[in-house]
Amino acid sequence: MSLWNKHAIFEKNSIVLLIGVLIVISIGGLVEILPLFYLKSTIEKVEGIRPYTPLELAGRNIYVREGCYNCHSQMIRALRDEVERYGHYSLAAESMYDHPFQWGSKRNGPDIARVGGKYSDDWQRRHLANPRAVVSGSIMPGYPFLAKTPLDADKIDQDMKVLAIEGVPYTDEMIAKAAIDLKAQATDDDANAADLIKRYPKANARAFGEQKGVITEADALIAYLQSLGTAVDFKIYDDKANMR
Amino acid sequence: MGPVKFATIAAVFWGIAGFTVGLIIASQLAFPALNFDLPWTAFGRMRPLHTSAVIFAFGGNVLIATSFYVVQRTCRARLAGDLSPWFVVLGYNFFIVIAGTGYLLGITQSKEYAEPEWYADILLTVVWVVYFLVFLCTIIKREEPHIYVANWFYLAFILTIAVLHLGNNPSIPVSIYSSKSYIVWSGVQDAMVQWWYGHNAVGFFLTAGFLGIMYYFIPKRAERPVYSYRLSIIHFWSLIFMYIWAGPHHLHYTALPDWAQTLGMTFSIMLWMPSWGGMINGLMTLSGAWDKLRTDPVLRMLVVSVAFYGMSTFEGPLMSIKAVNSLSHYTDWTIGHVHSGALGWVGYVSFGAIYCLVPWLWNKPKLYSLRLVNWHFWISTLGIVCYISAMWVAGIMQGLMWRAYTSLGFLEYSFLETVEAMHPFYIIRAFGGGLFLAGALIMVWNIYKTIVSPSEETEVSATPALVPAE
Repeated sequence: MSLWNKHAIFEKNSIVLLIGVLIVISIGGLVEILPLFYLKSTIEKVEGIRPYTPLELAGRNIYVREGCYNCHSQMIRALRDEVERYGHYSLAAESMYDHPFQWGSKRNGPDIARVGGKYSDDWQRRHLANPRAVVSGSIMPGYPFLAKTPLDADKIDQDMKVLAIEGVPYTDEMIAKAAIDLKAQATDDDANAADLIKRYPKANARAFGEQKGVITEADALIAYLQSLGTAVDFKIYDDKANMR
Repeated sequence: MGPVKFATIAAVFWGIAGFTVGLIIASQLAFPALNFDLPWTAFGRMRPLHTSAVIFAFGGNVLIATSFYVVQRTCRARLAGDLSPWFVVLGYNFFIVIAGTGYLLGITQSKEYAEPEWYADILLTVVWVVYFLVFLCTIIKREEPHIYVANWFYLAFILTIAVLHLGNNPSIPVSIYSSKSYIVWSGVQDAMVQWWYGHNAVGFFLTAGFLGIMYYFIPKRAERPVYSYRLSIIHFWSLIFMYIWAGPHHLHYTALPDWAQTLGMTFSIMLWMPSWGGMINGLMTLSGAWDKLRTDPVLRMLVVSVAFYGMSTFEGPLMSIKAVNSLSHYTDWTIGHVHSGALGWVGYVSFGAIYCLVPWLWNKPKLYSLRLVNWHFWISTLGIVCYISAMWVAGIMQGLMWRAYTSLGFLEYSFLETVEAMHPFYIIRAFGGGLFLAGALIMVWNIYKTIVSPSEETEVSATPALVPAE
C-alpha cells in the first residue's frame, strides 16, 4: 500500500480530518507566541516606563476611537533613516502597558511614537482642528469637534480597574484619585499637580486648551500625544545590555 | 428563498457597499476635504468600515453561500440542523450590521480586521460555532465515501478562523453597559497575537476558504476533473501548516524579538511553494478545455483569479524578506499587494462563483448575458491594473524618498514632501477603484435580469431530472 492511500483515513473520517487540521494549524502559533510571554529578553530592562495618567488614558481612548492608528504608526524601526527622522528606535518596553498596542501598519502620516514635546500644545490644537492651517499639503482629516466636545471621563477609574486586572500597575491610590488627577493635569497650577507627578513621573500638568474650566476631548488627546515617547531617557539607556 | 440564496444576494449587496466605501476613502486620501470634518465620515472610522465590508461582509457571505452549496452537492446530503443554516446566515449579517454601524460611532478595538467590540465578538462566536457544526454535521451525514477536497479547505477555514478569533479577542469590558473593553494582551505580545490573527485572516479567510471555491467551481465550470489528486493533498497540508507562521513578517525591524521575525520571514518565503502548488492545480485543471476561455467569460474570470493568486503569492514572500520589507513596510506597496490579491483573486473567484451559482440556485437555463460578464471582466481588469500599478509606483517611491540622503548626509525629503508626491497616484488608484465598482454594478444588473428571467421549468417542463449542478 502506497503512502498516498493512507491519506484516505482523512478523507473518509471527518473527525480525524478535523483533529489533523487542528494539530497542524496549532504548531506555528504556539512556537511564535508562547515564548514571548516567558522569555525575559522579550521586553527590555529600562527605567522610566509608567502607566498612563487618567487624562492620557482618556486621550488615548479618543485616539483609538477616531482610528488614528490607520494612518500613524507608533513604532520606529531600527533603521538609519527612521532613527534620524523620528528618534531612537522604539522599545518593546515602551508599549508594555498598551492595551491594545498602537504600533500601526501604514504611514499615511508620519510616525508619532516620539511626537511628545515636539510641537507646542497650541500647534497641536490648531493642527487637530484644521491640519492644513499649519501644514499646507497635509491630507489628514480635520477634527474641529474635539475641542468643542467636553471630555466624558467621569468613570475613567473603571477603565483603570480593568487595566489593573490585566496587569497594568495601577495602585488602589491611583484608582481612587483618578478624578482628582485628571482635573489636576488639565489645569494650570492646580494644587494637586505635585501629587499627580509623584504618582506619574514626568506627567505634563497644564491647561492644554483655551477654554477655562472645561476639559475637552482635544485636551485629553493632546495630553496623550505630548506624553508619547518621552518616558525613557535615552541618554542613560544602555542598548548593548538589551541586545536580542 | 433559502439561506444560500440569501447569502448570495447579501454578498452582492455588501460587495457594492464595500467597494463604494473603498472608493470614498481612496478619494479622501487624494482630496482630504472629503472627510467633511465630521466624526462619522473621517478616514479613521471609514477605513475599518471598508475593510470589514469587503472581507467579512462580501467575502464572508460568498464563503457561507458557496460552502453551504458545495458541501451539499459533494456530500449528497441536505444541510444539517433544520433552521440552523438560517441562523448562521441571518446571525452573521446581523453581526456585520452592528459591527459596521459601531465603527462609524467610534466603537472599535483598533485591532486591524478585528475591530468589533466585545459584544459583537460574542455574537460572532455563537454564530461561528453554529456555522462550524452545520458544516461538520453535513459532512458527517454524507452519502459519498470520500470528503471532497473543497470541503477540506472549507473545514480548515472555519475551524482556524474560530481559533484565531478566540485567540485575538479576549478582552474585559469596562462595564456590562459599556461598549468599551480592554484587550488582555499588551504591547509586543499583543502585536504578535494581532498579526498571527491578521495574516491568517488572509491565509484562512481569504485564501483557504476561497481555494475551496476554486476546487469546486473551476472543475465544474470547465467540466474537467481536478488536475492532480496528490497535488491537492500536498497543497492542503503544507498550506495550512505554513500559513500560520507567517504573521511576524508584518513586524520586521520592530520591537518584536529578532528570532520571531526570522521565523516569520522563513515560513513566508517557504509559503510560496504550496501557494503555487495550488495555483498549478487550479490552472492545469483547464487541460483540454483551454478553448473555453475564448467563449466563456465566467470561466475566464475564475482562471484569471487563480493567475492573480499566483502573482500575489509570489509578491507576498518577496515582501516578507526583511531587506525588501524595510522598503515596502508602512508604504502603499503593501496596499497594492493586498489589492492585487483582494480584487484579483478574492474578487474574481467570488464573481465567477456568483455567476455560476445564480442560474443554478434560481433554476435558470443560463445567465441573462455573457456579453455583460465580458464587459464586467474587462472593465474591472483595467481597474485592477490601474490600482495596483499606481500603488507599486507610489509605494516604492515613498519608501525610497523616506530613506533618501543628500550628498552631505542629510535626509533629503521631509515627510510632507513624500505625501505630496503621492497625490497623482492616489487619483489613479481612485480611478481604478471606480472602474472595479463599475464592473461590479454591471454584475448586479446581470444577476437581477437573470433572476427575473423565465425559469427553466417553464421552458422544458416535460423533461424530468434536469439537475444542473450535480
